[in-house]
Amino acid sequence: MTTGKHMSLYWSLGTVLLLLAITAPTALAFGFGGATAARSQIPPLRWFGKTYMAIVRGVPDIAFFLFFVIALDQGFEYLRHKVLCPDWDQPIRQGNDFIVCTIAKLPLGNAPQWVHEVYGFALAVLTFAIVFGAFAANVLFGAMRAVPKAQLETAEAYGMTQRQINRRVLIPQMWVYALPGLSNLWMVLIKATPLLFLLGVEDIVYWSRELGGTKTPQFTEYPHGDWRMWYFAGLLVFYLCFTKVSEVVLARIMARLTRGQATAAGEAQRKAIA
Amino acid sequence: MSCAATIADYAFRSIGYGERLLPRSDFTLCQQFTLIGSGMIWNVYFGLLALVIGFAIATAVAMGKAAQNPLLRKASEWFIFVFRGSPLFIQFFFAYFLFLSLKGLSPFFSPLTSATLGALCVLILNTAAYSAEIFFGALQSIPKGDTEAADAYGLSGWSRFRRVIWPTMLRLAWPAYTNEAIFLFQSTTLVFFAGFPAVQQKGDALYYASYFADKTFNPFVPYPILAGYFIILTLIVIGIFGLINSRLNRHLPSDRRPRIRLRPNLIR
Repeated sequence: MTTGKHMSLYWSLGTVLLLLAITAPTALAFGFGGATAARSQIPPLRWFGKTYMAIVRGVPDIAFFLFFVIALDQGFEYLRHKVLCPDWDQPIRQGNDFIVCTIAKLPLGNAPQWVHEVYGFALAVLTFAIVFGAFAANVLFGAMRAVPKAQLETAEAYGMTQRQINRRVLIPQMWVYALPGLSNLWMVLIKATPLLFLLGVEDIVYWSRELGGTKTPQFTEYPHGDWRMWYFAGLLVFYLCFTKVSEVVLARIMARLTRGQATAAGEAQRKAIA
Repeated sequence: MSCAATIADYAFRSIGYGERLLPRSDFTLCQQFTLIGSGMIWNVYFGLLALVIGFAIATAVAMGKAAQNPLLRKASEWFIFVFRGSPLFIQFFFAYFLFLSLKGLSPFFSPLTSATLGALCVLILNTAAYSAEIFFGALQSIPKGDTEAADAYGLSGWSRFRRVIWPTMLRLAWPAYTNEAIFLFQSTTLVFFAGFPAVQQKGDALYYASYFADKTFNPFVPYPILAGYFIILTLIVIGIFGLINSRLNRHLPSDRRPRIRLRPNLIR
């Protein structure tokens, strides 16, 4: 339980938490951008926002995960290739190969191992943020529309500009309406973390498979049979606990946010106290 | 090789008919369309069976969660919590290795280690848990007047359930259940990425799409094809469920019928 490889398993639990900690705010920022773009007065910006939200519907997400990792990687390399090697005259796609000049490779061929790992992880975070950003955009877009119209009209009547209305009235009020959707999204995000494995990051799924496999006495001091089932049972329990804790915390936040709100839940709270 | 010949060779490749070897080089668009489409057979197979069988289990579990008997209620709650609280991906892995060790005990379990049966079991239980939660929510919001009317007519037991509670539950749950069906079809793509082996490269649509993407280093062709297929599948699901929805609500005036509103799809 304490060999070097087991330490990697415990570290990869940290990787999952780190991924969540980075992805959640990034996705929220993407979502916020998407939702504001979809509400924009400028048609191309609005179309962009709506397309971004719409394109993630109807397509399996893991197809997106698989797609974006390669597409982003090639996109970055292509841009660097254009900038760094302007006088490269061969086509980039030669048959089945994607070829850029050596100094445009990402990460550089001679980079140490950890750079490769960090780069892979960063790509994964970006992919998660793009996909979950679309979901968050959807939630926030709905929440912005749920803010009572009268509030916005009142703000307008007071002579506020569109920016002021957004900053002072719309955004502070939308969170109550957005929280149920966002907490749902958080649950889904937790459950999406094992997909890191598909993106080539050495995460908990990878290590569980590695460590659980049959060990013969020739290779290890602690031989055992096929324990992968138990490792995955452990992961299952880990995720269940994580979900339970999140549920409790989110319920508290929701109770805190509804205090004094003119919603059914807020009314129920008021009655319970009185 | 003409496109018709490719279709003849590969249209049923995913279930083991036709050409044995997958194309290895000089991939044509026609090959990609045919093979990925052929993989969709598996997605439809998993989705359809899991939906039908899961539906029956989900009704039972929802009734269990609403039951008076604490034993029944706790069991249903735990079933729902375990399958909704953990990632489907991990469930697949766990189930696969569980079936592997069961196979070691008795050859009776060996069919379960194949995707055809084992993954189907996981999908059935998973969708049963998600749908049961939806159905439970609908059960809770059955108008009081409906059940009171049933009591007043002297209906009880099975006929009360069959004629009043069940149809109303379905009617109320249907829009959410449509979304669940769409997610289910999309999560079928996980099967061959989570432990279950694709024997002789008989895989689903995503399996072939990623095969092409790996071989050509070009994700921009196979994945959009896959996306196209899934959008078509989603539209078909919406169409069929919409028909059932209008059938369930046929007694209501048209302006009071609930419309199916699509919510963005989410991973499990």
